[in-house]
Amino acid sequence: MKYFGLIWAGLFRKKLRTMLTLMSLWSAFVLLGLLQAVNSLFSGGADFLGANRMITQAKTSFTQPLPIRMMPQIEAVPGVARVSHSQFFGGQYQEGGSFFPQFAVNPQRLFDTYPEWTLSEDAKRNFVSTQDGAIVGKLLAEKYGWKVGDTVPLNSFIWTKADGNRTWEWKIVGIFDGRDSEWKKRTSLMYLNYGQFDEARNPRAKGLAGVFVVRMNDPNQSEKIAALIDEKFENSSDETKTQSEQEFQLGFARQLGDIGLIVNLITSAVFFSILFLTGVSMSQAVRERIPELAILKVLGFKDRTVMLLVLAEAFLLCFIGALTGMLSASLLTTTLPPEFPITTDSRVWIIAGISVIVLSLLIGVPPALRALRIKIVDALAGR
Amino acid sequence: MNTDNKPLVEIRELTKAYVRGKQRVEVLHGINLDIPAGDFVALMGPSGSGKTTLLNLIGGLDSPSSGLLKVQNQRIDDLSSDELAAWRANTVGFIFQSYNLMPVLTAQRNVELPLLLHDMSSSERTKRANVALELVGLSDRNKHKPNELSGGQQQRVAIARALVSDPLILICDEPTGDLDRKTADEVLTLLQQLNSEFGKTIVMVTHDPKAAEYAKRTVHLDKGTLVNEAAH
Repeated sequence: MKYFGLIWAGLFRKKLRTMLTLMSLWSAFVLLGLLQAVNSLFSGGADFLGANRMITQAKTSFTQPLPIRMMPQIEAVPGVARVSHSQFFGGQYQEGGSFFPQFAVNPQRLFDTYPEWTLSEDAKRNFVSTQDGAIVGKLLAEKYGWKVGDTVPLNSFIWTKADGNRTWEWKIVGIFDGRDSEWKKRTSLMYLNYGQFDEARNPRAKGLAGVFVVRMNDPNQSEKIAALIDEKFENSSDETKTQSEQEFQLGFARQLGDIGLIVNLITSAVFFSILFLTGVSMSQAVRERIPELAILKVLGFKDRTVMLLVLAEAFLLCFIGALTGMLSASLLTTTLPPEFPITTDSRVWIIAGISVIVLSLLIGVPPALRALRIKIVDALAGR
Repeated sequence: MNTDNKPLVEIRELTKAYVRGKQRVEVLHGINLDIPAGDFVALMGPSGSGKTTLLNLIGGLDSPSSGLLKVQNQRIDDLSSDELAAWRANTVGFIFQSYNLMPVLTAQRNVELPLLLHDMSSSERTKRANVALELVGLSDRNKHKPNELSGGQQQRVAIARALVSDPLILICDEPTGDLDRKTADEVLTLLQQLNSEFGKTIVMVTHDPKAAEYAKRTVHLDKGTLVNEAAH
């Protein structure tokens, strides 16, 4: 600690160069923070999802809908408490407007399989009884200023009505919320009554449920129950694949591509260029200070101590860049709209911490070794 | 301290050779020299005579190729790099022609540097640094950085830095080489005071005969050999 002043003074010997290097590091760590937060969301961000819920989809792909007649058969599997079904609607609100998730569901079964949502009993009853009814998440309702009684037209890019029309009108009968802070953050979606959806759509698609949401009595039995369900439909025309809700969500997200790979490639490219920039800057800074480092040795500083001072300087440089960058990234994630629920969680901070150590060593070791090998008489003679 | 009448610095048959390419160049040839405690010796000689090499060996900045070098009855010619560093921190203060201060540190922080190697509190370091600066007449300049000080003032800061850990020997390599006559005289007078009033043993390399006159005696080197000695 007594050397901190010396390290700090050495770091800011050339203020402009240090500030520019710090800005590069800052931008790299902002990017790291944001990209890894996205990665975190896709790789482990669905931890909040219920452990006692599974999704049964068509074995080939979740885009292949399963017939609704399978529901009682699934519900008959021992250990299954309740089954509902859900079909991705893919509607767009307003021309050029942003997408938000909508699912056509069985209103009587939705809250049995998703007890995390809260809705008044009146609204639940209205949802069941209104064929073209929809319930909207609180955040989504606030975003568009919707209230109960409003009619929302959605233009589906997947589903057409029997008359060829793609625009579906839905009447808002309730606004639901999450039972805790984690679920409250995720109320940017809409559930549609399957009634109107199935009745009005193209006859060829009638009776198709999409996927089944399976609620179990005991989450510890999930593997066994999944195997029983899939076994039941084995060698049929509708073979199934049953997996945890979290796995399903990740599979859904991965349709966009291997997010982890993309994020890691971008991050690596950024850090590779930062490595050269910072490494050159650090080496130059030490090269200019060879006589000063030699004087430290003259005064009695050991070779190893001078080497560690240079390494500490590299670490401090990376640490300041990383800390400011990560704090900025954290701040930025809090300002994002709720439909981008990314956060710089502990996993992202750990990645940043490891990056600081690796980067410090990569940029600090070469000049530190040079400092270690300084021969006093040669350095003082300018050799 | 030296209690058995042995010289503080004892040099016997000291040689130093450098290897340049395939050639071995001997810079010092069998030097014999005694420096008693409290002495003030000027080392003079033409460029390339080996006076700075000898000074570096006495100050433990380099190791001899052969011979014996004792300081305070301790052989320093066979110490390892780390042992020499620790020895320098406790025994020697250095003053150079170009001051060699840290440009980013204030005068006080520069003077505190050698004390970082000793086990003492920050306040104790500051106190000692200020005492040393007061001794060289710069207590009012302790918050100034080197580029805010004149050459003479910078050399005084360097002297304060050399003194702050109370070393036995002061090693001075052309301490007035970059100074005008008047400032040089002030610095040399200060060194003389440190020698006479505080008993510091001083070994000084200089080209300047006037500077050498401040020493108690002058030792001449030529082509790596001691040629004569004169007392003042």
